[in-house]
Amino acid sequence: MAVDTSTIAKMASLARIEISDAESGEAAARISQVLDLVDQLQAVDTQGVTPMAHPLDAVQRLRPDDVTEPDQRDTFQSLAPAAEAGLYLVPRVIE
Amino acid sequence: MHTKTIAELVQGLRSKAFSSVELTRHYLERIQARDATYNSYITVTPELALAQAEAADARLAQGDAPALCGVPIAHKDIFCTNGVRTSCGSKMLDNFIAPYDATIVDNYRRAGAVTLGKTNMDEFAMGSSNETSYYGPVKNPWATDCVPGGSSGGSAAAVSALLAPGATASDTGGSIRQPAALCGLTGIKPTYGRVSRWGMIAFASSLDQAGVLTRTAEDAALMMNDLASYDPKDSTCVEMPVPDYTAELNNPIKGLTIGVPKEYFSEGLDPKTAQIVEDAIKLYEQLGATIKSISLPHTHLAVPAYYVIAPAECSANLSRFDGVRYGYRCEDPKDLTDMYMRTRSEGFGEEVKRRILVGTYALSTGYYDAYYNKAQQVRRLIKRDFVEAFESVDVIMGPTSPSPAFAFGAKTKDPVAMYLEDIYTIATNLAGLPGLSIPCGLVDNKPVGLQLIGDYFAESKLLNVAHQFQQATDHHQQVAPSALD
Repeated sequence: MAVDTSTIAKMASLARIEISDAESGEAAARISQVLDLVDQLQAVDTQGVTPMAHPLDAVQRLRPDDVTEPDQRDTFQSLAPAAEAGLYLVPRVIE
Repeated sequence: MHTKTIAELVQGLRSKAFSSVELTRHYLERIQARDATYNSYITVTPELALAQAEAADARLAQGDAPALCGVPIAHKDIFCTNGVRTSCGSKMLDNFIAPYDATIVDNYRRAGAVTLGKTNMDEFAMGSSNETSYYGPVKNPWATDCVPGGSSGGSAAAVSALLAPGATASDTGGSIRQPAALCGLTGIKPTYGRVSRWGMIAFASSLDQAGVLTRTAEDAALMMNDLASYDPKDSTCVEMPVPDYTAELNNPIKGLTIGVPKEYFSEGLDPKTAQIVEDAIKLYEQLGATIKSISLPHTHLAVPAYYVIAPAECSANLSRFDGVRYGYRCEDPKDLTDMYMRTRSEGFGEEVKRRILVGTYALSTGYYDAYYNKAQQVRRLIKRDFVEAFESVDVIMGPTSPSPAFAFGAKTKDPVAMYLEDIYTIATNLAGLPGLSIPCGLVDNKPVGLQLIGDYFAESKLLNVAHQFQQATDHHQQVAPSALD
């Protein structure tokens, strides 16, 4: 299935990725190539086939609700581009 | 020392032929002198390595040290390594110093193995040629004008160039086995769930699995013993005992039934590669195995299903890179949206962005059933093919990759051509089965890989079958000419 540049723009916005007008045409062409490839799936009869999410059909394990990890906030925040007083800093969102 | 296998190094350390410090220094010097040619390491960790080597020597002197104690290895830069930059081959994580060890890194650390450094890779493991790395392409030690394969291209080139005796790697669609084939190595991707994914930077979580690249099946078995573990921190990790993977290496393979899928020898396979792979399978017949022609009828759907599932999962996994908590952040963002947009646009490379967009499309309103759900259904059909096949065969064999190493740039303009590089390896990931590649000959002086696929948790069997081939042949002893210059 071919996608046009407006679809690319919409996906880019959803994915929070900037695609310039100059890049958009090539991105649409290459992504259309990939979608052509995956469109082969549409011809397969999958009626009644359960989708497979885990190769061993495992289910989520439960564990007791105990504290298992120590607090490492300071260590983790030391990696942040901007942090202060235990908070992550981002550009102002409320005027 | 650099020509020795891990098994030989284990012996040498115990017989005091050399110490771990001597061995580690030797590898560090080789990396320093030679890696400019290959670009196989992103980060070399000499101080960490020598401190670990000293500790290993002390432990070896006391006796009863674990097998890999004192053996230097390299880790693919997808595995978090405490206090060491863990970039995943991306500008996004160029400044990321991991604050903890991945479970598998911790396993090797506790076993006393020495960390030489972190190896180059395709960005976020997305690629089959190691050309998408932010740190530049890796060269194939067999032919430096060709790619080493990917995404574990750095690990493969490092081991092939004798800059590490073994390395960790990861495989989402063939990223261990294809570089193993292109660099003349043994590479194993275990059963999904056999190895913890905790601390391995996620690409496609239902497909990703860690494994190793070595020069022999025996070395792979030694490394597997510390790689595999049950880890409560990975909810998809399977709780079952870890066998000694070296225990069955010497079992005779007389009576083994090998299934050869006709779909793996069809259009697109290089004829010279096909011939070498067929010859390798014939050799198994001489070793007492029975060859059986089989069919895996949904093979042609593996690549299409993969290129829905992997991008969909990648678009979800990579949404965490937002410039807030760690990693890259753009300069002077004017507001929050601008920060997200520019951080991600500047931090990710072209292939990563393409896959995020394809994944976003496949998961978007109105398309989920047509793409993601459909692909997950097809995935089950692919798994059923294998389950049925394993009712009458012990292992499946075929080529690992459709051709030997190709030139830089040969497939970068056409994403689909690059994706077809993994046509024989992807189905194994979709089904969650273990797969292994061993060298089985050369085409135009470039290595060819034979792929072995096993039933769930049959890693010991695969290693046994690979080891028996290596007892009867010397393909695995061939060394890339540039490594010995």
